[in-house]
Amino acid sequence: MNLNRRDFMRFSASAAALTLLPLSGCARALRTQASPRVVVIGGGYAGATAAKYLRMWSAGAVEVIVIEPNPSFISCPLSNLVLGGSKTLADLTFGYDGLQQHGIQRVQDTVTAVDPLARKLQLTRGELRYDKLVIAPGVDFIYDSLPMLDSAEASQQVPHAWKAGPQTVLLQQQLAAMPDGGVFVMSVPKAPYRCPPGPYERVCQVASYFSQHKPKAKIIVLDANPEITSKKALFTKVWAEMYAGMIDYRPNSQLTEVDVAAREVKTEFETVSADVLNVIPPQRAGKVAQLVGAANVDKRWCEVDFLSYASKVVPDTYIVGDSVSAALPKSAHMATSQARVCASAILATLAGQQPDPQPVFANTCYSFVNARMAMHVAHVYRYDQHKKIMLPAEGGGVSAQPSEQEGQYAYSWAQNIWSDVLT
Amino acid sequence: MLSRLIVLGLLCAPLLVVAEPDHITTLASSCAACHGTNGNSAGGTPVLAGLDASHFRKQMQDFKSGARPSTVMQRHAKGLTDAEIDGLALFFSQQPRRPASLPAHPR
Repeated sequence: MNLNRRDFMRFSASAAALTLLPLSGCARALRTQASPRVVVIGGGYAGATAAKYLRMWSAGAVEVIVIEPNPSFISCPLSNLVLGGSKTLADLTFGYDGLQQHGIQRVQDTVTAVDPLARKLQLTRGELRYDKLVIAPGVDFIYDSLPMLDSAEASQQVPHAWKAGPQTVLLQQQLAAMPDGGVFVMSVPKAPYRCPPGPYERVCQVASYFSQHKPKAKIIVLDANPEITSKKALFTKVWAEMYAGMIDYRPNSQLTEVDVAAREVKTEFETVSADVLNVIPPQRAGKVAQLVGAANVDKRWCEVDFLSYASKVVPDTYIVGDSVSAALPKSAHMATSQARVCASAILATLAGQQPDPQPVFANTCYSFVNARMAMHVAHVYRYDQHKKIMLPAEGGGVSAQPSEQEGQYAYSWAQNIWSDVLT
Repeated sequence: MLSRLIVLGLLCAPLLVVAEPDHITTLASSCAACHGTNGNSAGGTPVLAGLDASHFRKQMQDFKSGARPSTVMQRHAKGLTDAEIDGLALFFSQQPRRPASLPAHPR
C-alpha cells in the first residue's frame, strides 16, 4: 500500500524500541504483521472489555494492544464503600495479568499524539501503528469555572475522589480525622457526569460511617442539578429514614467559588463552610478524546455511531465508555456493554461485513445505602433505527426498596464484572 | 526486506476469515456483568453456561410475566423479545461450563 521503505524502517525502529519495554508481545507483533492490529487506549472497564472480546471473538486473529498508564486496575464501582469503611482500596485493586493470558499486549505508557489519517500514535517511549483505534479514556475534569481547584495541592486539600485511587483514600482519611459534630460538604456537578447515582450513594456511605463513629456530624449536599439525578425517590426515603436529621440536601446549588485553604464554598445564594470538602468537578471526555479530536459535542463528549461506536468525526477511531455523548448512564456495565458492541462491529468491519443493525444490551447499576444493603436501576437498551440512538426498552426501573438480598447481588455483580473484564 | 514490506502492506487492508459474533452473541455478552463470561458465573448468581434451553426459556418468561418474583431480572426479561429469549436460551445451552476466576490483586 502506501507505506514506503522509510515508513517501514521507522515502524521497525519503533517496534524495536517497544521491545525494550516490559512487554511480552512485541516480538510477536513483528511475527504476526498480517494480523489486523487494534490499539485500545485506556484499560478501564470499557477498554479492557473491548480488548478481551476482540481477542476472544476473533479467536486471536486480531492483534490487540492496550495502552494504559496505570500499573493496575482500580474499580470505581464499590469505591464509595471505602468511605463507608466496609471496603479498602486494596479490595478494589487488580492486576492486568489476566488480559495478557488472552494474548493482549499491554503497554504502560501515555499517548502524546495521534495521527488518525496515518493511523499511528505517539507514546512517550515510541510510536505505534494501528488499523483500528479504540479510545476508552473515561472522564476528564473541567476546572474552567473553578480554576482554584486545578492543582495537585488543591486536590490534596479538597479531594474530588471521583477516580478511584489515592483520592478515595485521602477523602476517607479526612473523614476519619474530622471531629464529631463536624460538617462534610459535597458538591455535585451538573449532569452528565460519571456514575449518575454515585454522589448520592457517597452521601449514604458517609452517613453510614458518621452514624457509627461521629453521630453529631452533618452532611450538606450542594447539587448543581435541580433534583437528585438517579434513584431519587429511593435516596430521598433512605436519607429520611436511615439517616434522619443528618443530611441537608440543597438543589440548584452550583459552586461559583471555592476557598481551598478555608474549605469554604460559594453558590449563587450562600456561603457554606466545611470541615471536609469534596468537590466533584464538572466532566468531559477523557484527555485522549480531546487529543484525537473526537470530542466534537460541545467540545465535551464524543459523537458516535451507535451500531459500532465509531467516531462521527475521526476515521478508524471508536469511542466506548464514559466519553460517549449519549442519553445513557455513564456506568461500568454500560461501558462494558458498549465495548462489546464495538468489538463485534470492528470484527464485522474487518471481515468485510456489516455490524449488527439492531444492537440490544443491558445495564444494571447498584447503589449501596450502607455496608450491606443495595438497590438497583436496570434497563435493557435497544437501537432505534429511526432515531439512530439506543433507547430504554419496556420494563426497566428501580428497586422497590433497598435490601440485603440486593446487597448480595451487588457484590455478585462486582465479582462477575471483574472476572469478565480482567480474566 | 521486500517480502516483509509486502506482508506489512497487508496490514493496511486486513480481512479476517473469522466470523464476527452475531446479534445474540453480543446481546448474551451483556449478561456477563452479573453472570460471567459466556454465562460462567464467578459466584453469587446462577451459571447460565450449559443450562437446558427450555429451563432458561421458562425462567425468563416467568420473570417477564411476574410468575417468578424477582428484583432485577424482571427488568431484563421484560426488555427482551420472545425471539431474543429463545436465542439466548440456545446460546447459553451451547456454552461449555468453565470455572470462572477472579482477577488477582497485585503483589
